[in-house]
Amino acid sequence: MAQEIRNYTMNFGPQHPAAHGVLRLIMEMDGETIVRADPHVGLLHRGTEKLAESKPFNQSIGYMDRLDYVSMMCNEHAYVKAIENLLGIEAPERAQYIRTMFDEITRILNHLMWLGSNALDLGAMAVFLYAFREREELMDCYEAVSGARMHATYYRPGGVYRDLPAQMPQYRESPWHKGKDLKRLNQWREGSMLDFLDAFTADFPTKVDEYEELLTTNRIWKQRTVGIGVVSPEHAQAWGMTGAMLRGSGVAWDLRKKQPYAKYAEMDFDIPVGVNGDCYDRYLVRVEEMRQSNRIIKQCVQWLRANPGPVMVENYKVAPPKREEMKESMEALIHHFKLFTEGYGVPAGETYAAVEAPKGEFGCYLVSDGANKPFRVHLRAPGFAHLSSIDTIVRGHLLADVVAMIGTYDLVFGEVDR
Amino acid sequence: MGEQILNQLIWPVIYILCITIPVILAVAMFVYWERKVIGWMHVRMGPNKIGPLGLLQAFADVVKLLIKEVILPTNANKFLYYLAPMLALVPALAAWAVIPFNDKLVLSNANAGLLYLLAMTSLGVYGIILAGWASNSRYALLGAMRSAAQVISYELAMGLCLVCVLVLAGSLNLTDIVHAQAGSKGILDWFWLPLLPVFVVYFISGVAETNRAPFDVAEGESEIVAGFHVEYSGSAFAIFFLAEYANMILVSFLASILFLGGWLSPFPVTWGFIGHASFFWLFIKAFMFAFMFLWFRATFPRYRYDQIMRLGWKVFIPIAIVWVLVAGCMKFYGIAGA
Repeated sequence: MAQEIRNYTMNFGPQHPAAHGVLRLIMEMDGETIVRADPHVGLLHRGTEKLAESKPFNQSIGYMDRLDYVSMMCNEHAYVKAIENLLGIEAPERAQYIRTMFDEITRILNHLMWLGSNALDLGAMAVFLYAFREREELMDCYEAVSGARMHATYYRPGGVYRDLPAQMPQYRESPWHKGKDLKRLNQWREGSMLDFLDAFTADFPTKVDEYEELLTTNRIWKQRTVGIGVVSPEHAQAWGMTGAMLRGSGVAWDLRKKQPYAKYAEMDFDIPVGVNGDCYDRYLVRVEEMRQSNRIIKQCVQWLRANPGPVMVENYKVAPPKREEMKESMEALIHHFKLFTEGYGVPAGETYAAVEAPKGEFGCYLVSDGANKPFRVHLRAPGFAHLSSIDTIVRGHLLADVVAMIGTYDLVFGEVDR
Repeated sequence: MGEQILNQLIWPVIYILCITIPVILAVAMFVYWERKVIGWMHVRMGPNKIGPLGLLQAFADVVKLLIKEVILPTNANKFLYYLAPMLALVPALAAWAVIPFNDKLVLSNANAGLLYLLAMTSLGVYGIILAGWASNSRYALLGAMRSAAQVISYELAMGLCLVCVLVLAGSLNLTDIVHAQAGSKGILDWFWLPLLPVFVVYFISGVAETNRAPFDVAEGESEIVAGFHVEYSGSAFAIFFLAEYANMILVSFLASILFLGGWLSPFPVTWGFIGHASFFWLFIKAFMFAFMFLWFRATFPRYRYDQIMRLGWKVFIPIAIVWVLVAGCMKFYGIAGA
């Protein structure tokens, strides 16, 4: 009697240690081999695009943070840039430099998170905690400028919320941090935020060396990543991949170079590209990107130190007037009231603004009908385009390779599901 | 009659308790030590709240696990589901019967001690397979299959390593094996030197055999969640945990007995006090190996399942087979061995 042998299906996620949030993969498997992987998305859908249609432009900036919640300011940047395009205004130079710097801080934040979780997915625990040690320092920079560690809402149309703090916040004494330990923690925090970043950027390359020491030449790491999840350049372009996924395959496409925004045209940095398009190359690309981001931050710090100035346009139709002015001037008070109740109207039109977010091209397509709310916002999330390719890439790989692949996609479901 | 019962029943039970209770306590402290060491390696603190320096953490965990409900998954085979953890634990503890702690201190000075150990360490895999099978979960089943294949292939490599020791020592009795390593040169007399490749293969196989990182594919946290024991909770889980750690400590003791001269001092006997044999040496050596387990876990990424098999079959087993011949020649020409 003939018996039918069927592949079995396995439910990978949405509650799974390697699902990076709420990815649900329905996998058809032949033993350990993947025959088909079907990603199900939408479990984290919050309707950000629709929500943005119902409130004044400025009030949606905070939602952008919550899209890709490990590269917060880059998302804000795309949205703010789209509004600025339609308004026809440009942020002051200092604000542009601050944005460039924080975009790169964000890139490091994101890549550290990616590095740690990817390594943890493949079983290397130490890298995760080392990466979070440095991540904490940069989180403090977020907190210093915006008051929030993650959801900063720091970029505003017309500039940034406020200038960099003159004093970097310090650790206070507590039962956990005292004496020598406290001194060590506050060592970099004696001066301004720029001093802090100076110390950080001087030290960070040695920290990257530390991560690389644990992984780059590790035989097990190489066995797990070399030749796994190969994406050819044609394939990558066909799937609409951007960022490290595309550059790992050897295509030197980076919006920071190809369509420079903010102050990237003035910056001196390189775009690393991979050769084979496998997980290992993408790993190398991202690690090198951290070093390059470090270089950019250094250049920004140098410029910002030498050139004080305004960080917000002096256009009270868009930016709130100064507090002191409001005490004296009726005009300013009205502007303030109008801004925080009605917001501002944006000329009718449509625009697409994209930035090179750490994960790839993050774009914001904005249509305005002249009202104080957007008529339509569409967000282009890099992760969504990447994830759609998972079936073709992991077919024939083993179960453990799916984990490596999900790790190297650098998925965050906030932006995939929006 | 009374004396007979005393000799055949009461004393053996007391002896057994004298070994198993310290082993279980050692497991508790080892878990604490593991979390502490890995914490230090990861620039964090490790447990530090319960008891002085967090020393009582392991006991708090035990109490927590014991008062949790043991959940039986729907459609799980109840008998096998509850049998599996016991099958994992019993061999892990029974194997300790033949471990000599010094010249005299051994529960059973069996002549076929080495064979008994092989048998006991191989039996442990039944617990894992049954756990995976009885849980009626696909993750658990995958874990069980991985584990079965892995343990069986590394068992072979491990067995061949033991053959090398057996050839040099000329005995299956563990006490005799240690005696065979005694000599005037201290550390240079031990079997690790003539059997260096096999020594490495043995310890790595030991790591694989106990399903520890980087060979922990049977648990494979990020792939199959917790593998074979994904459905287990409460005390049933605690028993698997206990078995795994008891096995780790066992492998550490075995490696020190078979290759590092057991309780012998690394210094020549002529050096006086520090040249004396003592079970402290055994503990120091075993501790060193146990520490390596933790070090591996803190550092290495996890192998993929097929890569583990390749390493076992294509690297370790050939090395061990070749070294069986080499060891035979060494013995024949009197280069090494008693």
